[in-house]
Amino acid sequence: MAKKFLSGDEAFAEGVRLARPEVISAYPITPQTIVVERLSEMVENGSLRSEFIHVESEHSALSCAIGASAVGARAFTATSSQGLLYMAECLSYASGGRFPIVMMNANRSTALPWNIYGDQRDSISQLDCGWIQAYAENAQESLDLALMSYYIAEHEAVSTPFMVNLDGFILTHTYETVDVPSQEQADAYLPPYETENKLDLQHPRNLAFSAGPEHNYIFKYKAHAAMLRAKSVVAEAEQRFAKVFGRCYTGLLESYRIEDADYILITLGSIAGLCREAADSLRQKGHKVGVVRLRYLRPFPSEELAEAVKQARAVGVLEKDISFGNEGTVFTNVNSALLQAGISIPSYNFIGGLGGRNISREDVTDIFERIESGTERVQFIGVEVDDK
Amino acid sequence: MSITAKNLPKEEYFYGHKACAGCGGSLAVRNALKVLGKNAVAVLPAGCMSAVGFNFPQLCFSNNAIISTFAGTASMLTGVEAGLRAKGLTDFTAVGFAGDGGTADIGIQALSGAIDRGDNILYICYDNEAYMNTGIQKSGLTPFGAKTTTTPAGQNIRGNIRPKKNMFEIAAAHDITYAATATVGYMTDFLNKVEKASKIQGTKYIHVIAPCPTGWGVPVSDTVEIAREIVDCGLWYLAEYENGKFTLNRDPEHFTDVSAYLKKQGRFKHLTDADIKLITESRDEKWRRIRNSWVCDG
Amino acid sequence: MKPYLREKRQFGFDDIPESTAFEAGYLVSVNSGWRSIRPVVNAQKCVGCGQCYFYCPDGVLSMENGKAKIDYDFCKGCGICAKLCKPNAIRMEAER
Repeated sequence: MAKKFLSGDEAFAEGVRLARPEVISAYPITPQTIVVERLSEMVENGSLRSEFIHVESEHSALSCAIGASAVGARAFTATSSQGLLYMAECLSYASGGRFPIVMMNANRSTALPWNIYGDQRDSISQLDCGWIQAYAENAQESLDLALMSYYIAEHEAVSTPFMVNLDGFILTHTYETVDVPSQEQADAYLPPYETENKLDLQHPRNLAFSAGPEHNYIFKYKAHAAMLRAKSVVAEAEQRFAKVFGRCYTGLLESYRIEDADYILITLGSIAGLCREAADSLRQKGHKVGVVRLRYLRPFPSEELAEAVKQARAVGVLEKDISFGNEGTVFTNVNSALLQAGISIPSYNFIGGLGGRNISREDVTDIFERIESGTERVQFIGVEVDDK
Repeated sequence: MSITAKNLPKEEYFYGHKACAGCGGSLAVRNALKVLGKNAVAVLPAGCMSAVGFNFPQLCFSNNAIISTFAGTASMLTGVEAGLRAKGLTDFTAVGFAGDGGTADIGIQALSGAIDRGDNILYICYDNEAYMNTGIQKSGLTPFGAKTTTTPAGQNIRGNIRPKKNMFEIAAAHDITYAATATVGYMTDFLNKVEKASKIQGTKYIHVIAPCPTGWGVPVSDTVEIAREIVDCGLWYLAEYENGKFTLNRDPEHFTDVSAYLKKQGRFKHLTDADIKLITESRDEKWRRIRNSWVCDG
Repeated sequence: MKPYLREKRQFGFDDIPESTAFEAGYLVSVNSGWRSIRPVVNAQKCVGCGQCYFYCPDGVLSMENGKAKIDYDFCKGCGICAKLCKPNAIRMEAER
């Protein structure tokens, strides 16, 4: 274990190095570039023995990673925003083929208008593509997720690709002190990738085939079941992680001061820290507020979330996403989870941070106050429109 | 030694597939795999050959084979090759079989990238001159004058108004390790090129004409004959590119009649004498250029 | 090494693989129903040149004891073999 001062991207690259991917294929896009630059340097200086493929597009980046995974190699790629959308065809391909590729996505706004700053509309638009989706809050969690993602994705009960999301710039480019485990520790944690889901010279197979209506939906059902099994594998991965590295994680979501909270703000990603600080201040003034950070959007922690908010009087969802013509997609997912659990409390949706717009401590404090007093169901933070 | 009917390996790797009767593409894939042998790892994009060969549970390749995305033949090949190499394997051939649309249109970016990187892969384009799998729509390799379902021959426009993209020379312009043209009509020439390519380290591209009786409007029994005639009449040529040099493998003294070749096919039935004259002139211009600048060994 | 016809079976839930990966060369249906005409080899005339084998898109022709032999399970009756046969040893006959 060594302490290093690293950005989120750099921390993730360290985690990838420790996971020893055999093939890395990537195409540069801001704010993901630092990851692939560091990995290239690691290959150059010999600290990482990987085939580094300089592909000519994101579509090829993931297509190449699928090819590598299809012969049983551990594969990695990274992208962001337009790049994620450009490879969208391959996202469903990778999950449909059950190839446990790990990809880092630097959350960034999608054009138009062009914008390189962070919001989560890129990855959230791909929630249905069959990938596990985790959202890191800080650089340490980024590094740790790089290792845990392979453990979970490659687990034989799961065998599903894994997208780790880091908020663009706010997390990808911000420096923090990070514990970097030793290679021996990482090797003790992450076993080599073994699978029968591969082209094999000894046992030839046909892969990625067609399946007609009769069989097709069985494959889809099995992919769904595997994603649900990932919930318990996440727990297993974190228990093992705590044992080997001494750092604990809390599963699909992380709760803060919710035990007696009347009003809970649900959010995800790097904004959670500010939400906890605002909650602390409000607590000092006598407001019983708490925070839930969704660490995973797929599989979605429906039961865990319902359990966390069942005593609350109202909840809010703060997200950097909008499904135009409806509401924030995280909000939709949260409401569904509450409804399934028979929890009937007011819920409010706060859309913020689109195109990298700052969310201030005052904004978050105001959000808590609105949840407490009741407000419009869906609102864009800071946008006041005169309806007349 | 030249590959002939007598010494072509007996094993069948592509069998029981659901290609149309008389399919030129399946003939190309079948025989190329016989040359490459059991350690060929085949990548086929969405298209005719994947549609007819991979319908679970009917799986028609006895070697390792996988479908790629339509645009992803070359990029998946790159991953397969890199992955197997990373696993310490050396005795295999990563081979792609993509159609004309999958190669010259949607897949050209990935192919260009793979050639640029010099990836150790063999890419075989089976060219049936249109999107046949979806029902005969125009591709970048549909020849001038051909009627397709998206280039109908009517009063105002007589079929496809643009000539074929020159994929062989596009591949060569990357200074690729090895590129060649072929036709399923001259099987020995094609298979010799496949074998030669399999022994070369680096990126290899073979462009083989593979007629589609359905799309071309010829009887299903005439696939091989029409695949010979396209070369005999000079509208296709057998050539190689290696070490920066173009070599013409066959330089006929006389061409057979272009008009006879065209008029046999439903897709060219509407062409006028003026159209055929244009096609003949462009053929002659192409051959003038070939003979001026390429080495002729045929 | 050749894909071959397997015993008939139902693919129920548990028989369907977890991922899109399955044994190579697994055939469950034949193509004989496609034919309206069938190639018939005249062994007297066949010289065993193998051109039919060389150019068959379906690979259903093989040479046995120097004579062409046809796997009618998978022949689609395209007639390329008959067309290319120089000694006219293959004739296309109507399917009954």
